[in-house]
Amino acid sequence: MAHTRDGFGRALLELGASNPQVVALCADLAESTRMLAFKEKYPERYIEMGVAEQNMATVASGLANYGKIPFMASYATFSPGRNNEQIRTTISLNNLGVKIVGSHAGLSVGPDGATHQALEDIALMRVQPNMTVLSPCDEQEAYKATLAAAAHPGPVYIRLAREKTPVMTAAETPFEIGKANIVWEADHAPEVAVFATGPLLYNALCAAKELEHAVPTVVINIHTIKPLDKEAIVSAARAAGAVVTVEEHQVAGGFGGAIAEVLAAECPVPVEFVGVRDQFGQSGTPDELIQHYGLDTASIAEAIKKVRQRKG
Amino acid sequence: MLVTDSKIKEIELKAEAIRETVVEMLVAAGSGHTAGPLGMADIFAAFYFYILKHDPANPAMEDRDRLMLSNGHIVPVRYAAMAHAGYFPVAECLTLRKFGSRLQGHPERLRMPGMETTSGPLGSGLGQASGYAYGARMDNKKFRVYCFMSDGEQDAGNTWEAAMFAGANKLSNLTALIDRNNIQINGMTEDVMPLENLRAKYEAFGWHVLETDGHNINAIISAVEQAKAIYEKPTLILAHTIPGKGIKEIEFDYHWHGKTPNKEEAAKFLAELRTMKGKIQSEHE
Repeated sequence: MAHTRDGFGRALLELGASNPQVVALCADLAESTRMLAFKEKYPERYIEMGVAEQNMATVASGLANYGKIPFMASYATFSPGRNNEQIRTTISLNNLGVKIVGSHAGLSVGPDGATHQALEDIALMRVQPNMTVLSPCDEQEAYKATLAAAAHPGPVYIRLAREKTPVMTAAETPFEIGKANIVWEADHAPEVAVFATGPLLYNALCAAKELEHAVPTVVINIHTIKPLDKEAIVSAARAAGAVVTVEEHQVAGGFGGAIAEVLAAECPVPVEFVGVRDQFGQSGTPDELIQHYGLDTASIAEAIKKVRQRKG
Repeated sequence: MLVTDSKIKEIELKAEAIRETVVEMLVAAGSGHTAGPLGMADIFAAFYFYILKHDPANPAMEDRDRLMLSNGHIVPVRYAAMAHAGYFPVAECLTLRKFGSRLQGHPERLRMPGMETTSGPLGSGLGQASGYAYGARMDNKKFRVYCFMSDGEQDAGNTWEAAMFAGANKLSNLTALIDRNNIQINGMTEDVMPLENLRAKYEAFGWHVLETDGHNINAIISAVEQAKAIYEKPTLILAHTIPGKGIKEIEFDYHWHGKTPNKEEAAKFLAELRTMKGKIQSEHE
């Protein structure tokens, strides 16, 4: 188990050494967004914004416009939540290479409650032209996503979680923006394709394993929500004939919505969506919340069984 | 006296040409803002024809001064100034707000070379200019960053977040200028959301504040020169302007903030503008 935000912090520190253009902006959350190590090692390239996420976006835009590679971090509810218009106009429309790091995304923030549990950040970011949206599944992938974001010329959103989550990928697992990874495939031809994003990939894998002998599945890690790997998605959906999407986010407008848009146009098959359904979160332990909102392994297994039945 | 009388005269004539172009382009566009662009014509003329280090033939010149326009809705005056400075043909100004034009209703950096950023939504220019100035200072760049704002956008929280940031970081390579024309869409600024005491507010945020007559070319240039000499903090120039300056029927009237003249009005206004060459200077003598 490890924090995705630690993977980000580790990569940012490396970028400090390898790329002098990288600067870090933070809205008074250096420790919890894991910018602290960069701040301590490269104080001249760390820019404290105070609790001012809107200004963080505009200042980052200015820095990128000048020629820097700014990473700006806060909690996802505030950035890209509170500063959404500033991101839209000054970063996305301007097509400037600001890297927006939204930590503490999803229900698993836990005890802090609904105010701090971002469930709409994927939706906010994926509708902005020029924006790339990355949702790494574990610490290793967050590390790679951060390095890839720095090398990518345009604006990027990276979604991170608060809690420690299982590490499923290894240093040598390939990571390429826009390229989905098949993580697990049953011995028999898959009857359901499971598309998961973020740390809930682990629950998806557990559900697939649980149903190994009942329903053969293929589990695909979609770490890039925009641009989607349409080819991989359509090909897996076509082969399996049914799809389950898994995300720690509102289904509406989110990852499930994005998959449905592709499938409706290119390969209409039954889809079951595992995600939050038009509700806010609340305080609780991450496990309690994941279970209550139906994002646990059992709920994913149910969705897999249900969608297979719908194939008719 | 920093500049010769003949240079001042030349800039004033440019300001008049810019005003005429602004009226012509607004009529052609049929929508947009009138009062702000006319009120800022003298300042834009002073910048594009004297203050800014720039090269219309090479808009990406590395050591050019950067002018960020925060209140993007007055961009017609910037387009007109850029056209008269030689960035593009003056005739192209008539494509303002038309489909396929580089002259978008609100400015876009990616469409128009020399347009330093994309703006329109109010309150976000000062932060962008601050970030730009911060980055440039990290690399010891010598160019200056200017940010023009409206007074109305002093209502926006982002403006004050940026003012706090620039003050705290002592961004002396940044000069901001507020078009203090006292109007916004809903009426007089002091009725809509009182802004005063703007000078004291910016001073409290760590800025050096200068005030100038926004229609006196010599005073505008002098204020910018003073700002360059302040090395310990960013400078704000409160430029007192008359909205709609140059056309009596528009001056001071907030109803002209967000509407454009029709053809008949424009003909009258252009006639008025063409008979007033040199008049602005005489008002200050």
